[in-house]
Amino acid sequence: MKIAIKYFASMRDTMGKANESVDISEKSSVADLWKAVTQNPMPENTLIAVNMEYTSSEHVLNEGDEVAFFPPVTGG
Amino acid sequence: MKVIVQDGEFDPWKAVQDYQSENIAEGKHGASVTFIGSMRDFNDGVDDLSKMYLDHYPGMTEKHIERVCEDALNKWDVLDAFVVHRVGNIAPNDAIVLVAVWSEHRAMAFDACRFIINDLKHRAPFWKREANEDGERWVEGNTVDEVADQHSDMAKRAS
Repeated sequence: MKIAIKYFASMRDTMGKANESVDISEKSSVADLWKAVTQNPMPENTLIAVNMEYTSSEHVLNEGDEVAFFPPVTGG
Repeated sequence: MKVIVQDGEFDPWKAVQDYQSENIAEGKHGASVTFIGSMRDFNDGVDDLSKMYLDHYPGMTEKHIERVCEDALNKWDVLDAFVVHRVGNIAPNDAIVLVAVWSEHRAMAFDACRFIINDLKHRAPFWKREANEDGERWVEGNTVDEVADQHSDMAKRAS
């Protein structure tokens, strides 16, 4: 299944890209997706959103989902 | 309720005045509380900040703030809430964020305004990148609201 990935802020710098599209097997989790795009462990404070909702790395993905990885937020 | 995420300067005082005159019924509110966050020229040991870039997640940012405002309107007996947040390039002294809340009595407006800005600072997807003569750096964390923490501790001790 096809998953769209977005990286923001320092995560974009680390990954060297702002977004990418990845094909992974059905029933993959966010953690599986991370392993498919990099061999580096996910930084401990990474925040995850699937379809613009906060979630965890155990979240099971569906075809066409948009997954975002980013560091702690610093707005306001 | 209205949430605006915009690239470009705004005058927070005029924004509050305009929103109030257009959206808040005359004679119905007894309290209006506003929080305005501005860019300092110092932060976390760096004292010559010249500019800042504010990154965000288009779509999720707006959705998240709208939900927080709806939560505040449901949780407290407030009449309305209005938020403006800058993105893009920002200079020292520029307003970054405005949170305005109207209610019949002050306690509700204070609590709802604090709830919105604290969630916005710790959950809404924005990221600051500061610059000075030595270069640029991503800001790694927001300051903690010590008064909110004290209130929380006091509430825990009282329960």
